[in-house]
Amino acid sequence: MRQIAFYGKGGIGKSTTSQNTLACLAQDGHKILIVGCDPKADSTRLILHSKAQDTILSLAAAAGSVEDLEIEDVMKVGYLDIRCVESGGPEPGVGCAGRGVITSINFLEENGAYEDVDYVSYDVLGDVVCGGFAMPIRENKAQEIYIVMSGEMMAMYAANNISKGILKYANSGGVRLGALVCNERQTDKELELAEELAKKLGTFLIHFVPRDNIVQHAELRRMTVVEYAPDSKQADEYRTLSRKIHANKGNGIIPTPITMDELEDMLMQFGIMKQVDESQVGVVAAAG
Amino acid sequence: MSLSAPETIEEIKQRNKELIAEVLEHYPEKSRKNRAKHLNQFQEGGKDCSVKSNIKSVPGVMTIRGCAYAGSKGVVWGPIKDMIHISHGPVGCGQYSWAARRNYYIGTTGVDTFVTMQFTSDFQEKDIVFGGDKKLAKIMDEIMEIFPLNHGVTVQSECPIGLIGDDIEAVSKQKSKEYGGKTIVPVRCEGFRGVSQSLGHHIANDSIRDWVFDKMEGKPCPIELTNYDVAIIGDYNIGGDAWSSRILLEEMGLRVIAQWSGDGTIAELEATPKAKLNVLHCYRSMNYISRHMEEKYGVPWVEYNFFGHSKIAESLRTIASHFDDKIKEGAERVIEKYRALSDAVIEKYRPRLHGRKVMLFVGGLRPRHVIGAYEDLGMEVVGTGYEFGHNDDYQRTTHYVKDGTLIYDDVTGFEFEKFVEKIQPDLVGSGIKEKYVFQKMGVPFRQMHSWDYSGPYHGYDCFAIFARDMDMAINAPVWGLTKAPF
Repeated sequence: MRQIAFYGKGGIGKSTTSQNTLACLAQDGHKILIVGCDPKADSTRLILHSKAQDTILSLAAAAGSVEDLEIEDVMKVGYLDIRCVESGGPEPGVGCAGRGVITSINFLEENGAYEDVDYVSYDVLGDVVCGGFAMPIRENKAQEIYIVMSGEMMAMYAANNISKGILKYANSGGVRLGALVCNERQTDKELELAEELAKKLGTFLIHFVPRDNIVQHAELRRMTVVEYAPDSKQADEYRTLSRKIHANKGNGIIPTPITMDELEDMLMQFGIMKQVDESQVGVVAAAG
Repeated sequence: MSLSAPETIEEIKQRNKELIAEVLEHYPEKSRKNRAKHLNQFQEGGKDCSVKSNIKSVPGVMTIRGCAYAGSKGVVWGPIKDMIHISHGPVGCGQYSWAARRNYYIGTTGVDTFVTMQFTSDFQEKDIVFGGDKKLAKIMDEIMEIFPLNHGVTVQSECPIGLIGDDIEAVSKQKSKEYGGKTIVPVRCEGFRGVSQSLGHHIANDSIRDWVFDKMEGKPCPIELTNYDVAIIGDYNIGGDAWSSRILLEEMGLRVIAQWSGDGTIAELEATPKAKLNVLHCYRSMNYISRHMEEKYGVPWVEYNFFGHSKIAESLRTIASHFDDKIKEGAERVIEKYRALSDAVIEKYRPRLHGRKVMLFVGGLRPRHVIGAYEDLGMEVVGTGYEFGHNDDYQRTTHYVKDGTLIYDDVTGFEFEKFVEKIQPDLVGSGIKEKYVFQKMGVPFRQMHSWDYSGPYHGYDCFAIFARDMDMAINAPVWGLTKAPF
């Protein structure tokens, strides 16, 4: 069993990329379990064709505690028998979603959700904001992390931050950075920038997923592209990505995150960011 | 008793110096540097005791300190008897502080008073994940239904509340509105805040300011006032201490309109800004609210000490000096009235206790306040220290201790044990966690937090109890029977 996780900046296309990739792996005959670790609970939507399912935490809250749940209550089966669970969590602004992720993953482990699968994939929200969202990269959880990013500045910041999180647990738990996945945003010099960042982090760009509207067409139908249009060019892209990931077993590395300054230097080098004129910092616009 | 006791003050100072050095030697370098600042001895004429205080304890040592929740729930708020204090969070904090600190009170528990009961939101995993606001609101509804004679509620935050961002203020406001303006006080006393229970006292004081006093503004005074109204501040009525203090104040002609907070009520808290004088016993835990009342309502405050006849007489006169001749005469009358009793206590116990040495380690005001009582009995305090004192406590200590008194701030289990081993006092006064360590060393011990389930010790009547208890501990025949067979 391989445990992988998809991390990346919010809105970057993590869930879309991961579900398409995993659907391809299922097409290749692998048995898949997806663990959604985002309070929005949308990590399995394209596989299940349904908007939101009963999450572990919402069911646990209704039943009293997580100990009152059975694995059958929370595990749903979707496209090509892919098993799906969503951790769920509180509404924004209350409680502790991080603790919710920990609770959910412990529940799944204790109740044998990981038995008889080839791949467990965690889909984790935005950034590693606290210890709870680092749960999947701790000991005995995900072994390889795939960071979904793009040529946008904030996406690269996030990728670098996530690498810091991986580095923190790399020595104690053995988690590794699998590779970067670039989900094209059509920014300037996107491919070069992604490759450069990957190099700086000590890893490589495993695949550059081009932008294609067919992804949106599939999403509207709550489907992955590989299910909606298996013969499309975009489906091929995901298939390629999935096979590369499959072949990447054991090749993960301990990342070498860079400083903020280094990251900004890199962006300037590619002309994404202008050289900062220190004399202008903090100076308000001239009147009139 | 010590066999080769140092005789002169120079010898004592030299011994203390060596003793501190010897104890520090056992620490790793960083801890040694840290702890060195907390250990010293009082030098005649010093402005304070030359120790650092109110600093984080060294990780790994056995500290005697508590947490901010303990300071708010356990000390300041808990004794307010007609309010219900919810321990908000997982069950342990409420469970282990259940039944309070022997803060005696009058009332029918479970009907109109609630001090020794435990109310908790008993957090489960789902409350952490989804937040505890709804549960807190539900508990308040249940409280109003099951205990309709409650006069208010406080929310005592345990650690997780500060992490998951429960909006206890919003719930408190909402429920107060629903229940006709009932006083509901949210207290942000999460245990991880600050370095000891001391911050909890401060936070609790501030919550009284913000949620009790401010709410009273513009409302008519709930009681008819006299020129002799005082409030007892910082007496938690351990074993009845506040009652035995109140007797003396009333006998000298004053009217006690509030007790903070032993056997106290919310109505008393509300009336206090109308007092003519706040008389403050535990400076550490309630100086904040006393200062606030002075600044905002013009109520002066004065510290007093009701341990031992010398300090009682001194304090009665100090308190009286804030009033007219009637009260001043009243103070003299009270002092005179109890003279015979005090003399009898001295006559009986002084010969049995004279010259005996005491080492103390307590919280609040006691590391200094009880020294006078021991001295009245002819005893000598040779070492003292505060669990959670600040520098202003150590400044105040200079009036009590003599040259060469060993001072140990936030003492560690190891240090205290070594100090006692070397100094061999005739009595150690500290808490339950220290008690058996020293008794097993063959050193008589009295718990000076709970009065060892005895007391009260405040006031003239109770000085007799104090003297009896110290005699009982030191002169018990049991110490002659504890020879080790090896």
